[in-house]
Amino acid sequence: MTSVLYDVPGPKAQRRNLILAVVTVVVVVALIAFVVWRLSLTNQFSAAKWNVFTYTLVWESIGQMLLNTLRAFALAAVLSLALGFLLAIGRLSDHAWVRVPATVLTEAFRAVPVLVMMMILYYGMPTLGVKVDPYWAVVIALMVYNGSVLAEALRAGVESLPKGQKEAGFAIGLRKSGVMMLILLPQAVRAMLPVIVAQLVVAMKDTALGFIITYQELLYYAKLLSSQPGRPILQSALVIGGIYIVMCLILSGIARWLEIRTRRSPKLKGATPLAIDDPRVHDGTVTEVIAMQRGGEKPGAGGTSL
Amino acid sequence: MDVIFGNLDLWSEGITYTLLVFFFGGIIALVLGIIVGAMRVSPVPIARAVGTVYVNLVRNTPLTLVFFFFVFGYSALALPTLSNTILGIMAIGVYTATYVAETLRAGINTVPVGQAEAARAIGLPFGQVMSQIVLPQAFRSVVPPMMSVFIALLKNTTVAAGFSIAVLPQLQSTISNSHDRPGSPMAVLLWVAVIFIALVLLLTWLQRTLENRWRIAR
Repeated sequence: MTSVLYDVPGPKAQRRNLILAVVTVVVVVALIAFVVWRLSLTNQFSAAKWNVFTYTLVWESIGQMLLNTLRAFALAAVLSLALGFLLAIGRLSDHAWVRVPATVLTEAFRAVPVLVMMMILYYGMPTLGVKVDPYWAVVIALMVYNGSVLAEALRAGVESLPKGQKEAGFAIGLRKSGVMMLILLPQAVRAMLPVIVAQLVVAMKDTALGFIITYQELLYYAKLLSSQPGRPILQSALVIGGIYIVMCLILSGIARWLEIRTRRSPKLKGATPLAIDDPRVHDGTVTEVIAMQRGGEKPGAGGTSL
Repeated sequence: MDVIFGNLDLWSEGITYTLLVFFFGGIIALVLGIIVGAMRVSPVPIARAVGTVYVNLVRNTPLTLVFFFFVFGYSALALPTLSNTILGIMAIGVYTATYVAETLRAGINTVPVGQAEAARAIGLPFGQVMSQIVLPQAFRSVVPPMMSVFIALLKNTTVAAGFSIAVLPQLQSTISNSHDRPGSPMAVLLWVAVIFIALVLLLTWLQRTLENRWRIAR
């Protein structure tokens, strides 16, 4: 591994690295040991605390709640993709009366925290005489927020394409809609696929916010379980948290796989919007590097959101 | 307007708590993030592995769950009791630190290896290679994405409302639970949204200003 920060270590540096390695291991092991010690002190590992998870009924409910989480995520993902395309095309429009509202909407939706949006739908709408189901509050809030972030990603993808693509499209006689649909968007989607999937991970994580507005999903059930005998709050958080983390890890894994594939794909040579880990940045000559960085200066440009 | 002027005490409390969580959460995130970021680019394989596991694990955990662990799980450790606010600040700091670490790592990776090689070729020692060549370039490319991380941190402070910390969205339940406070839930929440839009626009403007000031001239 070549790094800009250090050379291949010599004997002295090797000794220092060994010491650092030992210190890291000691600190991490000490931290874990401390937590385990405190937990065993308060009997968190006793059978009574884990007893709830021996019932089939509990696991059936967990399955039901998992389904609820996935139900909200799936619909929100599809809807936010649709909204993302709509807003992105709106922002790229030539007509000011389409572009301006789309821009304002995108910026406003992006600035309002997802939880506040959910609360507006769930607690606020009844003031206006509309009762919103927690499920729809979660789905709509996620759609609005992730849709606007995806719109930004798609727009950045379109704008990162070489100008010649658009000009060539017009030159062969396509209309504006044809250039957008047949030339620009397919390439933008390809280039932005890792970002899009990464944003879906965010949507998946944010379904957990539904717990705060009493949507019956996994975390809500974890809270519910903690009222069972033995008050197994940490245990249910661990079990249900594990489910969440595994789901998100799988999606993130897909995002990373797509990113590696995108980077290697020869079809996308013209449109690498961001080349953070790109090996070519390190291996090429300086002029190549400068030319590349002119193309995509910012690391992590586009829709950075947690 | 009664929503604002009838509850001025609550609004100032809400904004104070939001900014409190934002600033202290941000400080924890920065300190922890710099440590983890340094671990992730270090020449020590074990430190790199620990950093990678931490970042991947926490980044794939919903923030609500991190809060859940800190606020509800902390009591299981039987350590001195801490208020929900402090636990919430720790939760948001631990969560955001992973994003800070990743931003730093990406920023360092944008500096071409040739820069450090050239610096060594003209005879600069390690300290000067870092302070004169590598870190200034990394810093410039890190500023805009780092501001995005802090904008996200600001928006994430709202999650604390679900754990009875008196940040802005918590106003809604406080006001609708008391009988003599003016304002409907909708009005309160819309004002909360307006405040967040204003704060985010402010940070975005700051981001753009800094980006223009510190852009790398090549």
